[in-house]
Amino acid sequence: MSEQVAGAVEEARGLEPFDVARVRREFPILAQRVHGKPLVYLDSGATAQKPQRVIDAVSRFYEHDNANVHRGVYALAERATAQYERARERVARFLGAADPKEIVFVRGATEALNLVAQSYGRANVGPGDEILVTAMEHHSNIVPWQMLAEVKGASLKVAPVDDRGVLDLDELERLIGPRTRIVALTHVSNALGTVNPVRRVAEMAHARGAAVVVDGAQAVPHLQVNVAALGCDFYVFSGHKVFGPTGIGALYGRASRLEAMPPWQGGGDMILSVTFERTLYNRIPYKFEAGTPDAAGAVGLGAALDWLGTLDRAGVRAHEEDLVAYGAERLSSVPGLQLVGTAPEKVAVFSFVLDGVHPHDVGTILDREGVAVRAGHHCAQPLMQRFGVPATVRASLALYNTRDEIDALVQGLGRVREMFR
Amino acid sequence: MSDLQDLYQEVILDHGRHPRNYRVIPEANADAEGLNPLCGDHYHVYVKLDGDRIADVSFQGAGCAISKASASLMTSAMKGKTLAEAEELFTRFHKMVVEGDRTQAERLGKLAVLKGVCDFPTRVKCASLVWHTLHSALHGEHKPVSTE
Repeated sequence: MSEQVAGAVEEARGLEPFDVARVRREFPILAQRVHGKPLVYLDSGATAQKPQRVIDAVSRFYEHDNANVHRGVYALAERATAQYERARERVARFLGAADPKEIVFVRGATEALNLVAQSYGRANVGPGDEILVTAMEHHSNIVPWQMLAEVKGASLKVAPVDDRGVLDLDELERLIGPRTRIVALTHVSNALGTVNPVRRVAEMAHARGAAVVVDGAQAVPHLQVNVAALGCDFYVFSGHKVFGPTGIGALYGRASRLEAMPPWQGGGDMILSVTFERTLYNRIPYKFEAGTPDAAGAVGLGAALDWLGTLDRAGVRAHEEDLVAYGAERLSSVPGLQLVGTAPEKVAVFSFVLDGVHPHDVGTILDREGVAVRAGHHCAQPLMQRFGVPATVRASLALYNTRDEIDALVQGLGRVREMFR
Repeated sequence: MSDLQDLYQEVILDHGRHPRNYRVIPEANADAEGLNPLCGDHYHVYVKLDGDRIADVSFQGAGCAISKASASLMTSAMKGKTLAEAEELFTRFHKMVVEGDRTQAERLGKLAVLKGVCDFPTRVKCASLVWHTLHSALHGEHKPVSTE
């Protein structure tokens, strides 16, 4: 039995109905108190917490198997390499990629986007060409394209969003022109929670010959992603947002695209042979993995995806949909609170502003109630400008959050109101 | 909860809500911009210097209660000060808020209400941003000040 099939069988067997209380017990960090109150962690959009299995997998790698990958002939090196490559297969299966060679390990989504911009972009974007992004992108899906456009004399176009935070598809389609080489968009907005219709955008872009780059950092913790079904050319995500370690992430690239791309960084592992006259590059994906990779991180990421695979994903989806509905209802009842981002298709991310109180002050007061939220522009300043706010408070939930925690947030906001009466 | 009330004292909330000297000085002969790229706080400080005396000082911008109150209290305290006196205030304020030396509070008048900020490390930059900005304006540095 291939590992792929074995994994699928394991997934089908291991399912028990989703039980949030049981899942929470797998996250040691969630059991603590902060400022004397139970921790209510509502910043999973920034980074998700890790189940014990992931922490153990990383420790076990260092305790038993650590060696540099792809380099040694001894037992440890073989084990380390096998685990690293197994993690790559796991990521490929997680994303529905046709082949593990379509998965490049990177530090995270940001590095993956820079890789695509600097390798694919430099080879395929020229003077007068256009790169299309959306108004709801994270800075990491704006700045690498600006840097590319500046070097190449290309220009950046921006597809607008409406007042609910929904992408304007008609306008996006109109903006894809004969000079559009790349359409880069987020699958799920980090600041609004909006889920974008990636498949339709990919169809529009491909009809005009543009490549499609998808930032999946905020999508993979919530949605079941299949790159073949989405039809995108590139899909990127960060391990730490999907319950894995920091410092590891993945780039999916369609094999034909990756093969045609020049290397990005030069160094060890990305070469076949080096002389001072000429260097031959390794095959994909190794061509894009210069230097010693974060093997322990990759193993941890593989463990996180294995762990997700043991969950009843339909049950997870239902639980998260309940959090979306309950959160929207409870927060709407808070006097003076305005939600920013009310798309009909969204994940459990609640951005909001409170009349007369700056988000930073809200964040500090909530912290004293044990409630961890993000306050700021969420690395999406153009989006903040679109909505006319300098910053928002963002509560971003994950599958381990509960209705009680939303109640704690709302109660904390009452405390904010008392302080700022 | 007491430390939270230490941070958000009534005077601070009042200055945050109704900031003093919140205006542009059209005849300003020094000004500077300050921003905190992490939270998006963004201020502009205007100064009218008469010789080595701060004849008028004001600010405008957007930010949290702490940063706004700090700007309001700072501009009130700086008006009429010589550059040397302003420098001394900078040093004392920095010692109190950034280094946590609470003994400075008794020499800082109304600014003492900001002494609680040093117990909130994530908020120290909120309080110090406009001070760096004024410092930059007085020293003719023509680059926006950043907390990072």
